[in-house]
Amino acid sequence: MNNLERMKKFRQARWNEPIIYEISEPGARAVLVPGPCCGCVSVEEATASLPEAMLRRDKANLPEVAQLQLVRHYNHLSQENIGVDGNIDIGQGTCTMKYSPKVNDRLAGLAKVADMHPLQPDETAQGILELFYKTGGLFKEISGLDVFSMQPGGGSHGVLALASIVHAYWRDKGEEEKRDEIITTLFSHPADCAVPITKGYKVTIIQPDAEGYPDLEAFKAAISDRTAAIFFTNPEDTGIFNVRIKEFTRLAHEKGILCCYDQANANGLLGITRTVEAGFDMSFFNLHKTFGAPHGCGGPATGLVAAKKELRPYMPVPLVEYSPEKGYYLDFDLPKSCGKIKSFWGVAPVVVKAYSWIMALGADGLREVSRVAILNNNYCMKKILAIKGASLSFPNHPSRIEQARYSWQKLKEDTGFGTADVQRCIADFGTHYWSSHEPWVIPEPFTIEPSESYSKQDIDDYCGVLAEISRMCYEEPEAVKHAPENSTVHHIDHDYFDDPAKYAITWRAYNKKYKGYFEPR
Amino acid sequence: MMKIGFLINPVAGMGGKVALKGTDGEETLRRAVELGAVPVAAGRADEAVKEFAGKAADCLFYSPSGAMGADLLKSYSLRTESLFEPSEHTVPADTRRAAEMMLERGVSLIVFAGGDGTARDLCSVVGESIPAVGIPAGVKIHSGVYAKRPKAAGMLVGKFISGEVRRFAAAEVVDIDEEAFRDNIVRARLYGCMKIPDDREFMQERKSGGSGGPAEEAAELAAFMALSMKPGHLYLIGSGSTTRQLTERLGLDGTLLGVDAVMDGKLIGKDLTEAEIKKILSTVEREKRALIITAIGGQGHIFGRGNQQLSPEALRMIEKENITVIATPAKMAQLFGRSLIADTGDSALDRELAGYIPVVTGHGRKIMAKIS
Amino acid sequence: MSAKMYPYIPNSDERVQREMLEYIGAASIDELIADIPEDMRMKQKMNLPEAVSDEAGLFRHVGSMLDKNKTARELVCFLGAGCYNRYVPAVVDEVVNRSEFLTAYAGEPYEDHGRFHAMFEYQSMMAELLDMDVCNVPNYDGSQAVGTALRMAARITRRKEVLIPRNVNPDTLRAVQTYLQPDISITYVDYSAKSGRICLDSLKEKLTDKAAAVLVMNPNFFGVIEESAQDIAELAHANGALMVAWVEPSTLGLLTPPSRYGADIACGDIQGLGLHMNYGGGVAGFIATKDEPRFVDEYPSRLFGVAPTSEREWGFGDVLWERTSFANRDGAKEFVGTHSALWGIAAGVYLAAMGPQGMKELGEAVVQRQLCLRKLLSGVKGISFDRFSGTPFQEVVADFSASGKKVSEINRKLLEKGILGGYDLGGSFPELEGCMLLAVTEQTSADDIKALASALGEILA
Repeated sequence: MNNLERMKKFRQARWNEPIIYEISEPGARAVLVPGPCCGCVSVEEATASLPEAMLRRDKANLPEVAQLQLVRHYNHLSQENIGVDGNIDIGQGTCTMKYSPKVNDRLAGLAKVADMHPLQPDETAQGILELFYKTGGLFKEISGLDVFSMQPGGGSHGVLALASIVHAYWRDKGEEEKRDEIITTLFSHPADCAVPITKGYKVTIIQPDAEGYPDLEAFKAAISDRTAAIFFTNPEDTGIFNVRIKEFTRLAHEKGILCCYDQANANGLLGITRTVEAGFDMSFFNLHKTFGAPHGCGGPATGLVAAKKELRPYMPVPLVEYSPEKGYYLDFDLPKSCGKIKSFWGVAPVVVKAYSWIMALGADGLREVSRVAILNNNYCMKKILAIKGASLSFPNHPSRIEQARYSWQKLKEDTGFGTADVQRCIADFGTHYWSSHEPWVIPEPFTIEPSESYSKQDIDDYCGVLAEISRMCYEEPEAVKHAPENSTVHHIDHDYFDDPAKYAITWRAYNKKYKGYFEPR
Repeated sequence: MMKIGFLINPVAGMGGKVALKGTDGEETLRRAVELGAVPVAAGRADEAVKEFAGKAADCLFYSPSGAMGADLLKSYSLRTESLFEPSEHTVPADTRRAAEMMLERGVSLIVFAGGDGTARDLCSVVGESIPAVGIPAGVKIHSGVYAKRPKAAGMLVGKFISGEVRRFAAAEVVDIDEEAFRDNIVRARLYGCMKIPDDREFMQERKSGGSGGPAEEAAELAAFMALSMKPGHLYLIGSGSTTRQLTERLGLDGTLLGVDAVMDGKLIGKDLTEAEIKKILSTVEREKRALIITAIGGQGHIFGRGNQQLSPEALRMIEKENITVIATPAKMAQLFGRSLIADTGDSALDRELAGYIPVVTGHGRKIMAKIS
Repeated sequence: MSAKMYPYIPNSDERVQREMLEYIGAASIDELIADIPEDMRMKQKMNLPEAVSDEAGLFRHVGSMLDKNKTARELVCFLGAGCYNRYVPAVVDEVVNRSEFLTAYAGEPYEDHGRFHAMFEYQSMMAELLDMDVCNVPNYDGSQAVGTALRMAARITRRKEVLIPRNVNPDTLRAVQTYLQPDISITYVDYSAKSGRICLDSLKEKLTDKAAAVLVMNPNFFGVIEESAQDIAELAHANGALMVAWVEPSTLGLLTPPSRYGADIACGDIQGLGLHMNYGGGVAGFIATKDEPRFVDEYPSRLFGVAPTSEREWGFGDVLWERTSFANRDGAKEFVGTHSALWGIAAGVYLAAMGPQGMKELGEAVVQRQLCLRKLLSGVKGISFDRFSGTPFQEVVADFSASGKKVSEINRKLLEKGILGGYDLGGSFPELEGCMLLAVTEQTSADDIKALASALGEILA
């Protein structure tokens, strides 16, 4: 049996798992809670100490389940999920899905991390502070910048931190009122536009030229002494590296504008080129993408912020510092700081995982990561472009770094099936691809990022599936219409997500709106 | 039973093959036939009907007889009631008459094959009262009411029939000046809006939320623009569905096709002529005159025949930086890779307007676009 | 080409690389990065520490660094202030460490059905605990939840001012300020120096029809239950403002849920529901409201809903993906991204494991220990619990000013005895110099409390 045949025979776990309330049995318990710590105060006295009006009279309507039944329920749900560990996860382009080494999970799960209270005296937290500090040291080489904060909880949060630093900088210069514009590009990450707007900035977007590069002339027309900063992703979400990036940062600096680099797409750049070489003043890196920490179904994550030392006063508080007298410590003494981005200091387990990942690879290994990510992508590109109905965005510029955005426009024109149809179909093969491709200017888009974790065979297999789906669209349209057949559930009725009378965001809302199986009350 | 109106403009598209760029006007049509043009619209319509015929067993179609629709439907054994016998060479009056009769019969959808001229004729009767799907069959297809391909139109109709479409969007009906087009000059003009089914696949994942669908984006843009209007300034608001949303947002009864004037939240001029525009502009100081316009049609016209009330002289009365172009992100995506077109009729002014401008696309959001 | 083999990089093998390059039609990988200009390339190798490439060596390297930590379990912990040393049942770790959940990201409701289902259940259980009908997919943390809840209130009321009492968590407040800048202004409401609760007179003075929301932290940062919450809600409503209740969800087995005293939006952090402290990394936020469009439309976060499938299964997806209201609101939008989904799954498992009885007993266990702590420490000279008359729940303000000793000094001496003393309030609240915020959890034992009492006895003697 070849791999395609094997994948065609895939059947995902389909447990028809009930909602946990449906397996609730009155009186059942999964864990017990400690009783009174001693006899000096009774539970009755404790309850009586509370203001009468503030006592809860009923019990919260939570499910009652014994431990095996609870574990079984969640195991079933986990089996109805596919992570990196379960599939060839190259279809979530821009997300850098890669293998997260198990040893790093083990290290991050140690009590030495888990049982640390954030407000412990620094002297009792020397291990974790050293790890934060040394992670900064690694990024000094990776980015070429000087100061680091691991506070932001993800990529968008990293953008928020950068925008907040920009704001604090201009406030300090007395130009916060005047400098109220930010420039980004159409194929930078959408958060580079969305997040500064929440900070009150006006954002101007630069469109690409025919080759897919941000239009330099448009940029020249856009920048002025009202511009506070530029927020650029490079390579962009198309996988195209802006070769003139230094010209953009030079022009910006001439007008005093701060240059912020969204390094979310850094997986092809490690050891090859850096933030500082491109002329940027600050950047953020996603530790959960490029640096091997897992995505956890959507966080917790870390957007590590890096900046030039001149920007240190504006960084989020606290920074992790070292002195021979104090050892490693949290430095809160930044009066011009942009403030706080997140509760406490950041997601320590994610930092532990990223530190361990980098240390396992070293300088040679990191460079190999990027070289192989580029090799994989170019190999994958050639395979995909051989598939009927698929094409590359910006075909005038066929060179890509670590990912590429493609189009099923031809497939759509020929067969009526587009990217959403392919997406439904691919679930039947035990893998997936996602549909986040803003801005929607490339028709019927899909974005593939075969990071260094995937073998040649993996890429062959994934492209084989895409080719098979294309064939089905041309030759077996009925099969495409009914997909997915082998996944966890069948076609979901999306009508139930937009109408307030129909949507149910919780089980109790469901029970207020329906009885039985979606019979309206 | 679902009632559907169906219409083919059999002469649409005949000019294309013989490079006549449209078949508006009887004389052109005669020439097209002389040049050996053959009807193509029926073939295009057939591609579409093929896609939904299987789902339409329970539908009742209303269509003009013969080549204007009934023949094709009957060839698929679809239940069809003929509306009337059209004239030998279909004229706009036939299209309008068919549309009126369809409305009388209470159809819930109109499916039509043609070009921009056909859409114009239909729109003049139907407007946005009921949904319509256009099968592209003409030489000129600049109106958003047309699907990209006949097959796609057919699939959309199929989805409508089987109840899978529940959202609708406003689509512009645009036509260009054929005389100019034959000289390779595109001058688009907005003639109205129609309501089209919106069948975008529900896409679950996005990395950055909040932008919403086209209708929400248009409303957001209108809300933002309404907020940014300064007291004591005179705002001329150009034609188009995007700018109309602005006047609606302001609670004013503006026009879709004309130029309106707004000051301090009040509508002080409606559907103004060139002379009226100049007069009203002269009532305030130069720096307090502003213009809000949008890009029209698939070519991205901001100035041209569509708003010729905004003559070069009138435009010169307004500072360039007080001219704001607005467009929804969806519109900008449609125009992706193109420049905006300023065709004021005064080449010196066109040159002055050329270059990059920020187009406002939403709350705090602009996109740099090139005007040529 | 590399001579070395990397376990995480299968295609680091030279033979494979050659084969792939041949297929591509390139001579080398360098040829593939021609787009990166020469003058931007790194000329030298990154100056990083020597790699620790064998797994045993890596474990030793990182593990021995972390060994320098002294954990809250190795010490005796009385620190709280927004992060609590609660017991995490083994079933919680078992579920969230399953790699199907741990390594997934943004799959579709088909092949990633499990995470939608688990998250829907999390939302459902949170809603029950909070007595609300809608709850979101977790935010980054309580800070973002509070900031966002206030912004939601501003959008709903179309007002630009929020009232925040001075008895809230100062760490959270700093991040909330980041979220509210630049367009939402904060007016601070005093707390009563006597009770530690929000001062109603100050509230009445500050509250006008400009206010979008009145925030109430309950229990507040001093651990005191805001028992006049209902009056505050009524005052807010009378002025057309919303009441935003920032609650500690682990108290709600015993305390009345915020909706019952008039809160329009509930928000907070779920760290106390089965998340390890993780040096502050075990935080995640929640927002909950009634099931009315004026609220639901304003969530910037994702909301998973249940829907039928063609085969009568439970299907799931994003509710109101195109959150229509943004379109017609005057304020700025907010953003969603990678937040804290896995912690939401953890909290869901925790609530299911605890059940209604468990959550009630948890509250009882905590209050019982808090009373026990006060009782045993009251015997120590130089400590007073009379600074605030308000009723505490899991945290209590201990006033050491009579002892003449500084809190920092006391804490240093406690640490010498293996005890993590309470949060030093004087830093953020100068008026509370000499006061310490002591926290207990269900993990606090009688021995822990006795050890604290005896240590303090010695230190203050």
